[in-house]
Amino acid sequence: MRKVYFDHSATTPVDPAVAEEMMKYLTEHFGNPSSIHAFGREARKAVEHARQQVATAIGASHVGEIAFTSGGTEADNMAIRGVAYANRHKGNHIITTAAEHHAVLSTCKQLEKEGFAVTVLPLDQYGQVTAQQVADAITDKTILISVMHANNEIGTIMPIKEIGQVAKERKIIFHCDAVQSVGKIPVNVDELGVDLLTISGHKIYGPKGIGAMYIRKGTFWQPITYGGGQERRRRPGTENVAGIVGLGKAIELATERMQSEAERLTRYRDRLISEVMAKIPHTILTGHPTNRLPNHVSFCFRFIEGESMLLMLDMKGIAISSGSACTSGSLEPSHVLTAIGLPQEVAHGSLRLTMGKDNTEEDVEYFLEVLPPIIERLREMSPLSEGYNACAFGTCDAHAHDHGHDEFEDEF
Amino acid sequence: MYSEKVMDHFTNPRNVGEIENPDGVGQVGNPSCGDIMKITLKIEDNVIKDIKFKTFGCGAAVATSSMVTEMAMGKTIDEALKISNKAVAEALDGLPPVKMHCSNLAADALKAAIEDYLKKQQA
Repeated sequence: MRKVYFDHSATTPVDPAVAEEMMKYLTEHFGNPSSIHAFGREARKAVEHARQQVATAIGASHVGEIAFTSGGTEADNMAIRGVAYANRHKGNHIITTAAEHHAVLSTCKQLEKEGFAVTVLPLDQYGQVTAQQVADAITDKTILISVMHANNEIGTIMPIKEIGQVAKERKIIFHCDAVQSVGKIPVNVDELGVDLLTISGHKIYGPKGIGAMYIRKGTFWQPITYGGGQERRRRPGTENVAGIVGLGKAIELATERMQSEAERLTRYRDRLISEVMAKIPHTILTGHPTNRLPNHVSFCFRFIEGESMLLMLDMKGIAISSGSACTSGSLEPSHVLTAIGLPQEVAHGSLRLTMGKDNTEEDVEYFLEVLPPIIERLREMSPLSEGYNACAFGTCDAHAHDHGHDEFEDEF
Repeated sequence: MYSEKVMDHFTNPRNVGEIENPDGVGQVGNPSCGDIMKITLKIEDNVIKDIKFKTFGCGAAVATSSMVTEMAMGKTIDEALKISNKAVAEALDGLPPVKMHCSNLAADALKAAIEDYLKKQQA
């Protein structure tokens, strides 16, 4: 059976060139970078080389603006909590969006318990907020704006540059979670106007358990963990040398490949979107139709539930994700899908397909062949599709196919 | 995550569909949880002669629906009413704990269909 991995926003395989680089630092150059002997110096050299690779990839002016972390979640926590605690004397207000990853939203929720006030900006139907919304939410107590670059569930790209401009004009610290965008679209901290930026290794063919936080020189920030003096006291603890080396190599490779990969995957993406929308009625494209990650495709299929779809595709060798509650172990469907206005029943039928460097045109063909009968079978089984069956599979045109979700409110 | 039996019933669900002119109809579920189950029954001489289900839900929801129809088929109303959600989960060699509270509603749907039948009998 053909095996197709379409879940690159969840994680990516480690690139063989990355693994090869890392291996030396697991076995041969195993020294502690804090040690002053030759073993330690070798490891230190590798860590600093990786720091340069990361700084170069995101256009950071100073290599010291990069601090390595255990991943995106830790970097988000460090950025938000570090700014909040350091600037408490200036104010207690944080602005973020309903699109954010739980690493941001849960951190903000925790800060609310500690006396901070958080404004969570609502999303439009495509999952975007505007710079004007951000500007309107700013008060004299605002100390931080945190907006993600690209959404993991629906692929929408936020207007970070415009928001960065607002932040700069109002002199408010701006954090951007760029876990999904780094390596896929251009990320330059000066062009975007961000003060803190989150990066994760395993989304760009690097290893799991490694990430980085960019912190612009001069940003008022304090560490949230204490111990040794590593990472300029910003993130104490012995460095994950092999992971850091892997992240450095991965981000360098991702940057080199970015343009050609974006062009190739955009072609696949657009074909998948147009063919699925044409072939399968009662389908909603989620996220922005064009202003989205080049490798990202996401839909909601009415009348069916995402986990069932995921399991059936898995039986055909295709790995995808769903924002269905049943795949996350919670009772609520994805907070992003409900924030863009989808009713819960519809949000449960979500599918996220994220392509990567090893996917081919044949993978796209295979998916387009396998998906329609699975949707048809699940809809036949669903009590929610009663009354829609006659036209659900293109045999009548009594109901218009959905190309947005403006009719939702009437039907649910 | 799922037992082999769950996957078997999910892959090859038994008694899918809807009985025309059913004697009893039961629908239960919670849209926020993403599971809605509908059971239709044909009852003769107090015995379930035919039973079919339709389910909007996850793998566990489909499997529990399928299993409850197998367990109920041919049983008397009293026997069928004694089938519990727990018994359905056990017959499937268990369900993941997170699925127990929202995906295991099949016996409730069966019960609702039988109650609908009994109500119609009284009317």
